[in-house]
Amino acid sequence: MPEVTIDWYVALGVILFTIGAIGVLVRRNAIVIFMSIELMLNAANLVFVAFARHLGNLDGQVFVFFVTTVAAAEAAVGLALIVTIFRTKASINVDAINSMRG
Amino acid sequence: MGNPILFAVLALFAIGSALGMVLSRNAVHSALWLIFNFSLVAVLYVVLNAPFIAMVQVTVYAGAIMVLFLFVIMLLAADMPRAIIPTRSAHTLLAVVLGTAMVAILGYVFLRGAAPAVGGADPIDTAPITLGFLLFETYVLPFQVTAVLLLVSMIGVVVLTVRRGKSNA
Repeated sequence: MPEVTIDWYVALGVILFTIGAIGVLVRRNAIVIFMSIELMLNAANLVFVAFARHLGNLDGQVFVFFVTTVAAAEAAVGLALIVTIFRTKASINVDAINSMRG
Repeated sequence: MGNPILFAVLALFAIGSALGMVLSRNAVHSALWLIFNFSLVAVLYVVLNAPFIAMVQVTVYAGAIMVLFLFVIMLLAADMPRAIIPTRSAHTLLAVVLGTAMVAILGYVFLRGAAPAVGGADPIDTAPITLGFLLFETYVLPFQVTAVLLLVSMIGVVVLTVRRGKSNA
């Protein structure tokens, strides 16, 4: 049976990150775009933890805390922005937010 | 670093749930798929000898952040049919092409140069107390900075969402 190495975790992280990036590009719903960003941050966290395990070093796990904090702050501010935009535009379609188009 | 069969099952379900999140038409379904994905990644953290991170993943990510998402979805009634926004096929095609290219480039770079020689270190002590000492000694300044970040984001959210120009009395 093959042994699970760091490569497998990095591959999984790359795939999850790419799915998140595709989600940001494809979806028009602002909330789902924010969820895709959370997925990308989570993929980075997975690679952090995998390398912490691989190198026998705890620093990677500490960085996951900081990434989680930034993700929480980003989600809170982002969702507040969505609520504010919904009040003025009555839509969360990102294509509707084109007031500054030249 | 874990049982191959366990990893394969978890990885397949994680990729499947991530795809379900992106492809769901309904924002509530997207949120539920993402919670499932976060839970699976939490199991991978346990496999990777990071039990405390796994707990943080479940409570903060799958718990707090996703509840915030679901709350905003309900607040905006974004699961109503009128809010289901169609994607544009040109965007989808371009995004899939770019995504495939991204996986290919990252995979090529990784397989070409960065393949590590050693199979992995011995499991180390990852008890919360060890992590706490590292966080409060080596990383105490970044820790304080994240405290400021959270305070600023909290003030920002209040400033953004409070309704001005109306008397609430």
